[in-house]
Amino acid sequence: MSAIYLLIAASFIVALGFLIAFFWAIRSGQYEDDYTPSVRILFEPKETDTEIESNNQKTDQ
Amino acid sequence: MLMKEHETDTIPPVKEDLLCYHCGDKCRHEHLKFEQHDFCCSGCKTVYQILSENDLCEYYKIEDRPGVKGSSSASEIRFSYLDNETIASTILSFDEAGIARVSFLIPQMHCSSCIWLLENLHRLNAGVLRSTVNFLRKEASIVFNKTEISLRQLVQLMSAIGYEPQINRQEKSGKKQKTDRRLIIKIGVAGFCFGNIMLMSFPDYFGDHSFDSSEFRTFFGYANIALSLPVIFYSAKDYFTSAFKILKHKSVNIDVPIALGVGVLFLRSVIDILSGMGAGYMDSLAGLIFFLLVGKWYQDKTYKTLSYERDYRSYFPIAATRIDTNGDQNPVALDEIKESDLLLIRNQEVIPADCLLVSGDARIDYSFVTGEAEPIKKQEGDLLYAGGKQAGSAIKVRVKKTVGHSYLTQLWNQDVFHKQDSAMMASLVDRISKRFTLIIISFALLGLIYWSFYSAQMAFNVFTAVLIIACPCALALAIPFTFGNTIKWLGRSGLYLKNHRVVEDLAGLQSIVFDKTGTITQNKQINIEFKGSSLTVDEYSLIRSLVAQSLHPLSQAIFNNIDASILNVQSFDEIAGQGISGIVEGKLIRVGSEKFITSNMNVSYAESIRTYVSINSEIKGYFTISKGYRNGMNSTINALKEKYSIHLLSGDNDAERAFLRQWFEEEKMHFSQSPQDKLEHIKGIQSNHSKVMMIGDGLNDAGALKQSDVGIAVADNVYAFSPACDAILDARSFTFLPAYLKFSEKSLNIVKWCFLISFTYNSVGMYFALTGGLSPLVAAILMPLSSVTVIAFTTIATNYTAKKLGINEIKER
Repeated sequence: MSAIYLLIAASFIVALGFLIAFFWAIRSGQYEDDYTPSVRILFEPKETDTEIESNNQKTDQ
Repeated sequence: MLMKEHETDTIPPVKEDLLCYHCGDKCRHEHLKFEQHDFCCSGCKTVYQILSENDLCEYYKIEDRPGVKGSSSASEIRFSYLDNETIASTILSFDEAGIARVSFLIPQMHCSSCIWLLENLHRLNAGVLRSTVNFLRKEASIVFNKTEISLRQLVQLMSAIGYEPQINRQEKSGKKQKTDRRLIIKIGVAGFCFGNIMLMSFPDYFGDHSFDSSEFRTFFGYANIALSLPVIFYSAKDYFTSAFKILKHKSVNIDVPIALGVGVLFLRSVIDILSGMGAGYMDSLAGLIFFLLVGKWYQDKTYKTLSYERDYRSYFPIAATRIDTNGDQNPVALDEIKESDLLLIRNQEVIPADCLLVSGDARIDYSFVTGEAEPIKKQEGDLLYAGGKQAGSAIKVRVKKTVGHSYLTQLWNQDVFHKQDSAMMASLVDRISKRFTLIIISFALLGLIYWSFYSAQMAFNVFTAVLIIACPCALALAIPFTFGNTIKWLGRSGLYLKNHRVVEDLAGLQSIVFDKTGTITQNKQINIEFKGSSLTVDEYSLIRSLVAQSLHPLSQAIFNNIDASILNVQSFDEIAGQGISGIVEGKLIRVGSEKFITSNMNVSYAESIRTYVSINSEIKGYFTISKGYRNGMNSTINALKEKYSIHLLSGDNDAERAFLRQWFEEEKMHFSQSPQDKLEHIKGIQSNHSKVMMIGDGLNDAGALKQSDVGIAVADNVYAFSPACDAILDARSFTFLPAYLKFSEKSLNIVKWCFLISFTYNSVGMYFALTGGLSPLVAAILMPLSSVTVIAFTTIATNYTAKKLGINEIKER
């Protein structure tokens, strides 16, 4: 049963890692704006001219 | 008296309604076509052209008609002050090596298309490197290359596409963010420790005695103590500091019983663990702190995007145009304006300081400052007050008093602006906390004394157990969750409260004071409709020709709003206060009041003024001209009259006294009030032990809003300037005011019910405590159970109450 000491220590360290990640996320300002990224994700990037050309070529063939 | 068909006509009849492709308005006055799209004005068409040339028409595909109608009086020269380095440096948040960053408030953004366009600004000008939008705050942060595009050119560009930034003195927003973050980190720490302590306490819950061998016991016990340290000394720190502070003032607030309970919890648990007597109550400790902090976070989630603290400085622009001795026009920061400076004030610009008119055609609009509805013509040599807006061509003025000493800004030197926020004042919860603390301490002492006759150990156990279980977690959660919900509902519906204290204040009112201009009147177009038999285009011509002869405001309103040609008038007669009559093209036309045209003596007080028309003695119908009062005034005021004493304080003259008599009693109406008068009036009402709410919108209401128990600023645009207030009311939700007040009262009742629930749990817990049966397991069950019950009850109750009162979301209307 003494294995439980090791297991508890290991799980604690993992949990601590998550806590640190939590602090880092808050400090980096991720949660300043929780609405705009949801809109931004739906925007489509502009097709560049070369992409349009290659698309046209594909459809021609 | 015989009206044939009661149809409402648009004047004159329009064949079809074309909507502008850019802004969505109807193309009423003008109609332009470009690239197969319709536009309502050249402004909209120009924006479309700019976007089309830069391949940005995606803007129109994301949302329909996303454009914002710009103001037509835009001229580029008004941004010239941005070329001034010192003034620009107050706006830029970063400026080095040619790269600058600026953060703008852009209230016009309202949809995804706006976000898209503003983040694609770099496609309009290569000088813009990156732009990021924070939609909830209506802010755009733009990084640009100063050598390729100047600050002034950037602002001009944004103005050209309809998103002109609002440039005012910066307000402090950074501080608030820091405290929010710290609270979230505290919650994170408490939650982390809570979960891990519970894990360590499992053996004790399940009563599994295979773990009872002392080495595991001590291991888990010490681990729990270690994990509870961050909770007590970091997450719970604020409760202790607040309790000490208030006790020094010989008073009690909700933090005192909390700190007491938490402290005893910790000490008792440490003693139990170290002496091997028990497993301690660390899980309840961590859980309690966690729930309390979550409650605090929920309660503090108010509207960070809105500003409740704006003073006169945010109303003024940051620079004015000074004319030097050699005639050069230079921008000058507001603080640098000195007495006897010569300033140039252009159309729609705000006068920054008290001054004398030197030259120019001055028509000053004081509606926001003194409440006078009509612009006033001023002569050379007249004194012009700071805050007025020039509505005409440019004028030259000589400064008499600096910005800080002008008549208007003197108002802010009043004591009322320096009084501390009412956070220190006792609220309902504080009064209950006082009694609560006394009761539990007395019970604890009773238990101590009783059991001390039997066993010292038992006495100590019971004493600490009472203090632990009687901790007011349910009490402390009732207010944050109830008021937090209330604020959420009100905010969704259009009333944005500054903090949760305002809810309590809203529930205890006796009097309501209204401002007139801009508050109960709206500044939009006057609405004219014609009700009666259909008029032909010729008949409209006849009417318009007649009213053209009269200077009466109603005649002018009719004249301005009918599109018909003017014919010759053979004779004209005006009877003051009644109407006009005359002969046009051989027909007798009469326009006037109901009594004048129909000889009907019972004049009904309608929501709007009725102007009747008869042609050749045949009554054709009437124009309804809404005097610009807000829709639903009648029902709103009548609903409020039943419960509250309502007053009117206006800075305008008393021309509309007769009309307003239908809503306000004669002694409760006061006109031509200066900002100081309004403040004194509020004081007068308060001295009669009446709690008063002030509803206003202008700078002239600032003193009254501060002095009153609750100050509400009505705003057509909640992001634009409104004076310091406790709540901001979206103008579209004006009619919901009675419902909002009722909702606040009911919320307070819900809080009282929550207290009742909390006391029930406390009694049960007290039973266990006094009989010595408070094991850690019992505590670990009771405390979360009571908390969850209170939270669930309050959420369901507030949601039900809101729905029943008809408080709906502003977006759904």
